[in-house]
Amino acid sequence: MPYIAKIKVTLRQSILDVQGKAVDHALKNLGYRGVESARIGKYIEVTINETEFAEAERIGNEISLKLLSNPVMENYSLELEQVK
Amino acid sequence: MSDITVGIVVFPGSNCDHDTEHAVASFPGIRPVMLWHNDHNLQGAKAIILPGGFSYGDYLRAGSIARFSPVMKEVIEFAGKGFPVLGICNGFQVLLESGLLEGALSRNRDKKFLCSKTCIRAVNGSTIFTSLYPEDEVLSIPIAHGEGNYFAPPEVIESLEEHEQIVFKYTDAEGKITEEANPNGSLKNIAGIVNRQGNVLGLMPHPERASEKLLGSLDGRGLFESLFLHIAEV
Repeated sequence: MPYIAKIKVTLRQSILDVQGKAVDHALKNLGYRGVESARIGKYIEVTINETEFAEAERIGNEISLKLLSNPVMENYSLELEQVK
Repeated sequence: MSDITVGIVVFPGSNCDHDTEHAVASFPGIRPVMLWHNDHNLQGAKAIILPGGFSYGDYLRAGSIARFSPVMKEVIEFAGKGFPVLGICNGFQVLLESGLLEGALSRNRDKKFLCSKTCIRAVNGSTIFTSLYPEDEVLSIPIAHGEGNYFAPPEVIESLEEHEQIVFKYTDAEGKITEEANPNGSLKNIAGIVNRQGNVLGLMPHPERASEKLLGSLDGRGLFESLFLHIAEV
C-alpha cells in the first residue's frame, strides 16, 4: 500500500516570521494574555506510491529538500503513514 | 550588423515581461525575444532576463516552482558557460531558488507589500551590469514586492563582501546606507547581488520601470546599457 508523507515546513528561528507576528498580535488583541508567540508554517501531504517504507522515506526527504522547503531559511519534518 | 538577441523568459504569472520587452526594445541594435517556460531553446540569445511577477502564483515560495521549468535547465547551462543572466524581482527569487545566486528572500520586515520609489546605489560599479554607474550616484528605481527581505547565513554574507558580490544597496536620498533607508529589512541593505563569476545578477528594484522619461526616472537604463555594451563587445 502507498504511503502518505506528512511534511511540515517551518521558518528557521533566526528568520522573522511576519505572518506569525501578525497572528500573535491578533491573539493578544483578543485578550489571550497567556499567548506567548505564534509561528506559521506549511503542512503538505504527498501520496507516494511505494510499498517499501525506506524508499518512501528516501523520496519524502529528497522532495522536502529539493522543492518543498528552502534549507536557507526553513526546516522541515517528515512523518510517513501507510494508507490502510 | 544584425541585431543582438536578448531573451526574456515568460513564466505563467510573470507580469513584468512586456515592460521589460518594451525597455529592452528601446535600445538600438537589441532585439528582445520572448521565451516560454516550456521552451528548450534560447533562440540564440546573448543574454537572458528573468522578469518580475508572480511565477506560478508564488505558490509554495516565490520562485520555487519556476526554478524547475524546462527553460531553466537551459538558463542554468547558459549561465554556467559565462553568459549574462539578469533576474529582476521575481526573477531574482528564481535565481536564488535555482542556486545560481546564494541566499534567500523572505517576507518584508513590516509585513507589507511595498510598491514605491526607492533610492539605491551601485556599490560595485565594476560588474558587466553596472559599468556605467558611478558608485556615488543615487539611483531612483522603484520596488514592488512582498518578499524582498534578503537573508543569508553570516558566512555567506562575509563571502559576498569579500568577493565584492554585493552590487546594489538601498540608500537614503543622499546615498547614505542607513537602517531607515532599508525598505524591507534586507541584511546590509542588500538590493542586488552578483555571482562569484560576475555574470549572474539578481536585484529587487525594477530597472525596466525607470527606463523612460514618462515613467519619472531614467536611472534604470544604465543597467541595461551596461549589459548591452558588454554583450556587443563579446
